[in-house]
Amino acid sequence: MKLIVAIIQPHRLNEVKTALEAIEVNLMTVTEVLGQGRQKGVTEVYRGAKEAGGLLKKVRLDIAVNENFVEPTITAITAGAHTGEVGDGKIFVLDLAECIRISNGERGGKAIG
Amino acid sequence: MINSGDTAWVLISTVLVFAMTIPGLAFFYGGLVRRKNVLSILMQCFIIMCVISLQWVLFGYSLAFGPDTGWGIIGSLKWAGLNFVGSQPNPDYAATIPHFVFMIFQCMFAVITPALIIGAFAERMKFSAFLIFSVLWATFVYSPLAHWVWGAGGWMKSLGVMDFAGGIVVHASSGVSALVMCLLLGRRVGYQHPPFRPHNLPFTVLGAGLLWFGWFGFNAGSALAADGIAANAFITTHVAAAVAGLTWALIEWQQNGAPTILGACTGAVAGLATITPVCGFVNPINAIFIGILASVFCYIAIAVIKTKLRYDDALDAFGVHGVGGIWGTIAVGLFAEKAVNAAGANGLFFGDAHQFLVQLMMVAVASVFVAVMTWILFKFVDAVVGMRVEERQEVIGLDLTQQSEAAYTVIE
Repeated sequence: MKLIVAIIQPHRLNEVKTALEAIEVNLMTVTEVLGQGRQKGVTEVYRGAKEAGGLLKKVRLDIAVNENFVEPTITAITAGAHTGEVGDGKIFVLDLAECIRISNGERGGKAIG
Repeated sequence: MINSGDTAWVLISTVLVFAMTIPGLAFFYGGLVRRKNVLSILMQCFIIMCVISLQWVLFGYSLAFGPDTGWGIIGSLKWAGLNFVGSQPNPDYAATIPHFVFMIFQCMFAVITPALIIGAFAERMKFSAFLIFSVLWATFVYSPLAHWVWGAGGWMKSLGVMDFAGGIVVHASSGVSALVMCLLLGRRVGYQHPPFRPHNLPFTVLGAGLLWFGWFGFNAGSALAADGIAANAFITTHVAAAVAGLTWALIEWQQNGAPTILGACTGAVAGLATITPVCGFVNPINAIFIGILASVFCYIAIAVIKTKLRYDDALDAFGVHGVGGIWGTIAVGLFAEKAVNAAGANGLFFGDAHQFLVQLMMVAVASVFVAVMTWILFKFVDAVVGMRVEERQEVIGLDLTQQSEAAYTVIE
């Protein structure tokens, strides 16, 4: 089992979601986050006070998958989020030790999908 | 002879119309855009009040209402800088209030009209381009049109067109211009169906409420007196907004299974835009029919036609104000009656086809004029500074890239 964490541009969320649903990855957690990478933030000004390079809004996806879904999920996220510009985001793949479905106590691979 | 009751009413109406642009329209539109663009809308509505107010007192008012330069096409610059405009009444426009008061009341109309167009190009227009375009539009579209329809010696006025508070001058003009703008500008990045979700509908409801509130001044104030005509306009305005808001909600309930607050607000504003040219000429019961059809026509324009043709009139400036303004202007030719306003005329339903044909012709001519002028101004501003922000800026949002500030913080 892996946990796939993806940081993407907020305006690409719909495309990513559609691409994931096409490969039947329907379970995900979406959070709004702030971040900075190679794409620098934009200078903000409040009554003359400048704040250089503030953090930009990004969307974070947390998706738990079984091994055979890892590559298709990465491909789908990449396809949906890719524009070719800096700021498109990153995908992290982490080992997942356990997964428990709260409603019926199922564990492991069965509980993921 | 100055009448203190009339003067007080028009001064108060001026403040009511002021409140329609900020905060009314600003929040109505501001709630409908995505979070990253709300400040750009508020800024555009706010700064247009600053800029057009100056344009108006410096030369805009003179071009619109100043002495005709011949053929009824444009006023002269004789009243530029408010020369010859003072505390004494001008009987050509309003015999019982100071000329100053008429001027500042009209100023608020000149401000809100280009502000309405913001709804079409929202979320993708460069701020500098917006500023230049708005001033040029006020000068070369609004002032001439106001002169034609309302100015002493204006050619449409001479031909007998009836536009009580701005169906042609304000709503059809801004609406048609909005359609041309969104066609030329193209769709927003990522535009698809279903459209982007409004980020704060409570703002939109607040704005719609303030628009309705201010519209009493817009329409009843256009009587330019505290009299029976003002009372009639006040009531028809309210009735049309009420029935249109209800109608829209019912249409949605039937079509989509639920009545929405956005639908009720949109309907009310459509009803208000529609009743604007007719409010001082029709009785309250006919205002009900006009209001019902306002929601029917605008709903079809937005939910059916726009969806099919896929033009990105972002906040439906054309669908609400264009369609409503055109329908209202035509409705004058159908429902007007001399029993309501002796200075008006009888419409088709009261036995006279003449006014109907005049209204039809004038709204068509005005629409063509506005469309052509908007096209020219667009091409000019686009060549000078570029109309649209870069795609990267559009993605980050206009608040950060055009205004350098953010409406909402995420952490703290």
